[in-house]
Amino acid sequence: MDASTWVAKRPTPSALAQLFDNKAFLIAVCLFPAVGLLLVFLTYPLGLGIYLAFTDTEIGGNGHWIGLENFEYLLTDRIFINSVWNTMFYTFVATVGKFALGLWLALLLNHHIPFQSAIRAIILLPYIVPTVLSAIAFWWIYDPQFSIISYVVVDQLHLRDKYFDFLGEPWPARWSLIVANIWRGIPFVAITLLAGLQTISPSLYEAAMLDGASPWQQFRRITAPLLMPILAIVMTFSVLFTFTDFQLVYAITRGGPINSTHLMATLAFQRGIPGAQLGEGAAIAVAMIPFLIFATLFSYYALGNRKWQQGSDND
Amino acid sequence: MTDAKPISPAEADQRVDAEVSGGVTEGEGPQLLSWDSRARRIVTVYIPLVIFLIVLLFPFYWMAVTTFKPDNELLDYKNHNPFWISSPTLDNIKKLLFDTDYGHWLVTTMFVAIGSTFLSILASVLAAYAIQRLRFRGSDYVGLAIYAAYLVPPSILFIPLAQVVFQMGLFDTPFALILTYPTFLVPFCTWLLIGYFKSIPYELEECALIDGASRLQILRRITLPLAVPGLISAGIFAFTLSWNEFIYALAFISSTENKTVPVAILTELVSGDVYHWGALMAGALLGSLPVAVFYMFFVEYYVSSLTGAVKE
Repeated sequence: MDASTWVAKRPTPSALAQLFDNKAFLIAVCLFPAVGLLLVFLTYPLGLGIYLAFTDTEIGGNGHWIGLENFEYLLTDRIFINSVWNTMFYTFVATVGKFALGLWLALLLNHHIPFQSAIRAIILLPYIVPTVLSAIAFWWIYDPQFSIISYVVVDQLHLRDKYFDFLGEPWPARWSLIVANIWRGIPFVAITLLAGLQTISPSLYEAAMLDGASPWQQFRRITAPLLMPILAIVMTFSVLFTFTDFQLVYAITRGGPINSTHLMATLAFQRGIPGAQLGEGAAIAVAMIPFLIFATLFSYYALGNRKWQQGSDND
Repeated sequence: MTDAKPISPAEADQRVDAEVSGGVTEGEGPQLLSWDSRARRIVTVYIPLVIFLIVLLFPFYWMAVTTFKPDNELLDYKNHNPFWISSPTLDNIKKLLFDTDYGHWLVTTMFVAIGSTFLSILASVLAAYAIQRLRFRGSDYVGLAIYAAYLVPPSILFIPLAQVVFQMGLFDTPFALILTYPTFLVPFCTWLLIGYFKSIPYELEECALIDGASRLQILRRITLPLAVPGLISAGIFAFTLSWNEFIYALAFISSTENKTVPVAILTELVSGDVYHWGALMAGALLGSLPVAVFYMFFVEYYVSSLTGAVKE
């Protein structure tokens, strides 16, 4: 095909096509759906939520600006204070548990074991299945009369003579929820940390072995520092989503017994939607924001480290 | 370091015993480094791994066993071994399928999950293309802002969102969920797709530009076909996340027939003080199965998107 026919064959683009070849216009069109959705359903509600926290809005009615009254009331509310401590305790213990066990599982999976990818697929199941539905299974496992754990411990092993009352007392209920949360969190931590472990070059371990390093020294001096950037990111997400957890507690205890297991999110829901006190619920939700900002900043600096770790340019 | 000492079975057993009773583990010094026998591997790797697997899978097993148990076995541990079923029954599943709106909930959930996945992928592909390929001043900051949106959890948004949804007249309709789920799907999918677009050589697009293709043609004919694995990963992730979503579905939907499966199982099947554990577990099992089967088909994509998103 020579040049003259090529020129002749090329049609003049229509006005619309020309418009779409305008870079500024194209950028605006491409960003519009995502940015529009996020502005309307994320940024605006976030602002609205902060505004609602300073009003006495109820469902179906217009609220009035009442300044800090919601927060002043909450500070005198034992249930709220209790939920704040509970949330921090729950987040701290569950995160420690998830990362200790998740890291251990990741290290186990990092060995050359048969059916590695099949095992990896099965391990992720608790993470895939709707949390509420596995929470219902835990609810059944924690049943006061027909708990399978009680059956094994009391009737089979005879280690105790009374059935466990998992959800009837505040402290056992808290620990039961934490165990369920750890169970659900292990797969995510293990699989993401395993991905991090697999990026560590085996030659580093060979060199360490030749130098006579013990397994603990290898873990301490090679694995831990190289895993730190990805660990920081995974932990940020984990802390963020454990702190704002709602489903497990709502499904298993609904905050009971006597409001002792409420997290801030479940308390916000209880006051805001069934209790119709939108303003007060929003105030509880807004009280979580300082913690989230802390987690976000943490994530930001961890992301900064990542570039250094992968050794790629800042792209 | 390959000269491992041959060990007789008896010796190996002794070592297992020593290790089980808390003996040999770490800090044994260099001379033991080459000792990587079967016994040691079994104790330090396989046994913990099997325990992990049992603990992680037991709730599902228990769910399934309870589903197929008749009521007399379910509540009688004295005469029936609770870990097994002597006379399996489909009563609970029949009850779930025919005495409740389960079919309805399933259709609603499917509709919501597919709708929100489609919407999120569309928005994310365009946004990721603009941020990664059209490159404009401040595109990095737009990308960072979208990533930051992922750090805003639904738990602090659902109260004001309930008001927004109500004012829009969407309360108690599936569209309330289809439009709000992208708030957590779009940030994740965009971030994932930016990573994928990055891996496609820009030279391909330059060639097409020289050949006279328009930007949209390039996106449709070159970039998207090459990004198909990324699109599948993002789609699967978005689908499972919307299937599993709970708090928005609980707050924005009130009528029985519009509920999604996870919410309906918890709120509709739990009635009064007597729990019908058989039916509840059947609901939990059937609500988990579609997403578990779907996941099993695309495991590799799923794992790569999960780990990719963290590494990106």
